[in-house]
Amino acid sequence: MRSEKANRAPLGLKIAAAVGLAFMHLPILLIFLYAFTTEEKSYQFPPPGLTTQWFAVAWDRPDVWAALTLSVKVAAIATAAALVLGTLCAAAVSQTRFFGRETVSLLVILPIALPGIITGIALRSAFSMADIPFSFWTIVLGHATFCIVVVYNNAVARFRRISGSLIEASMDLGADGFQTFRYVILPNIGTALLAGGMLAFALSFDEVIVTTFTAGQQSTLPIWMLEELIRPRQRPVTNVVAMVVVIVTFLPILGAYYLTRDGDQIAGAGK
Amino acid sequence: MTTAVLFDNVSRYFGAVRAVDRVNLKIAEGEFFAMLGPSGSGKTTCLRLMAGFEQPTGGHIEIFGETAEGVPPYRRSVNTVFQDYALFPHLSILENVAYGLMVKGIGREERRKAAEDALAMVKLPGYGTRRPGQLSGGQRQRVALARALVNKPKVLLLDEPLGALDLKLREQMQEELKSLQRSLGITFVFVTHDQGEALSMADRVAVFNEGRIQQLGSPEEVYNRPKTRFVADFVGSSNVLSADLCRKLGLKASFASLRPEAVAIAPPSDGALSLSGTVASQSFLGATNRVVIDVEGARIAVASPAARGVPPIGSPVTLSFAPSDLHPMEDA
Repeated sequence: MRSEKANRAPLGLKIAAAVGLAFMHLPILLIFLYAFTTEEKSYQFPPPGLTTQWFAVAWDRPDVWAALTLSVKVAAIATAAALVLGTLCAAAVSQTRFFGRETVSLLVILPIALPGIITGIALRSAFSMADIPFSFWTIVLGHATFCIVVVYNNAVARFRRISGSLIEASMDLGADGFQTFRYVILPNIGTALLAGGMLAFALSFDEVIVTTFTAGQQSTLPIWMLEELIRPRQRPVTNVVAMVVVIVTFLPILGAYYLTRDGDQIAGAGK
Repeated sequence: MTTAVLFDNVSRYFGAVRAVDRVNLKIAEGEFFAMLGPSGSGKTTCLRLMAGFEQPTGGHIEIFGETAEGVPPYRRSVNTVFQDYALFPHLSILENVAYGLMVKGIGREERRKAAEDALAMVKLPGYGTRRPGQLSGGQRQRVALARALVNKPKVLLLDEPLGALDLKLREQMQEELKSLQRSLGITFVFVTHDQGEALSMADRVAVFNEGRIQQLGSPEEVYNRPKTRFVADFVGSSNVLSADLCRKLGLKASFASLRPEAVAIAPPSDGALSLSGTVASQSFLGATNRVVIDVEGARIAVASPAARGVPPIGSPVTLSFAPSDLHPMEDA
């Protein structure tokens, strides 16, 4: 029988865990810290003084607002498209049997396994070949490729738990396909879709690589931040925006975690 | 008499598997009809063909005179009680029962009343606010029944509805289903693998094996005069007499069936047939003793009243039975 002491982690392991956590999270804390620095040209440590003036400056900068609005619009539309297409895909793969079903299932998940740069190059050359000008919509298309996967993975896990006889029972009681979807399927997969949608939104919101290849003149928020780092002007504004991005993407992921923690894995959360 | 369900040479193949193979049946309005058979015999596929979840590969189906092929389940005046009940887990019991009325667009107050009446009919009044997960198996079964009956179907299909219940509950539900069917006058089509259930509840029984109907008739007919060896074996446990024994008894058939309870261990009286053999084994079953007699290598089971006493194993005995209890069978 083990003593209680043996179940406690040894000191070495505790230190290792602490170092690991610090390694992952200290840089983020530094970003937060420099949002308050009084020095605008370079990041010197420790900051010479603290101020909240950059929040007001960021608020008044029209380029910040343009980038933020674009990012929110892209994420919202890509997520909406992914919710529709991902759910339909999941329904087809989990509720019916057809030739090549496993292959389709794999192909749907592939975009998230592929490096973003491949997806980006592929989309870029496809757009040029089809003579599609780079615009807001090409960014949305690029983001939808990986948003669909996230929604699909969440929906397919839930679909597997709905017994086939529930759908048959609904049809048997007089509900047509649409009513069955509305009254039986949707209530049962609702939280999975919400979780998938939140994750998709968060993924789209901070996406850089695919966006670089599919955007024209517009800058989404992450692209704007990249440009700001290259030419320093009111540098801490970038940090203020970074804080906003962290909050905007972290909250949906936390929400998705709580919605699906009873049984469903949040597949694809790691991209 | 109106025909409720008509199967004209209906087949359903799944690839090379003939789940249902050229089945003909005619179920009358108001009848309690049982489809009996082992698993994989095609009885459930027949039920799904009636419900509209399967389409026939060949043949023709009519429900109350209307062609059923191509009609989706939601446009058939047929409702099903599923084997796993298939209650909607996200809805309350009342919402479950009222589901069929809700999708038909019937007003909230009217459907609430109808659902409560249906719950009262299956003896679950006041359970409307609970969730399916809070009910026992027997209660869920009643909810499934209420949910189907509230739609006033012309035919109610029941897919092994008592399979998951314990013995006592099962016997109680058998009686209730039977009296419910009598009072409502709805045609019930019942799928089961339990021969006792089929014989005790149904007006007529169709015995299925390998996608085909082996015999269709009243419970008495199927039990007393099995047409094939399969029926003799599956429905109860008739003795199957070989061609040799049949010839010896003066019967021109390749096989004949003889029920254990039709045989007496006694010298034959006038006009009775007799066989002689030795006692091979015996077991006490309560009201009767099951005695197996070895007759020239063939084994014949006899259900002998317990009060009679049993001759010891190995002793010679004479068996007697009325000629009318010996039923010739098809060679199958």
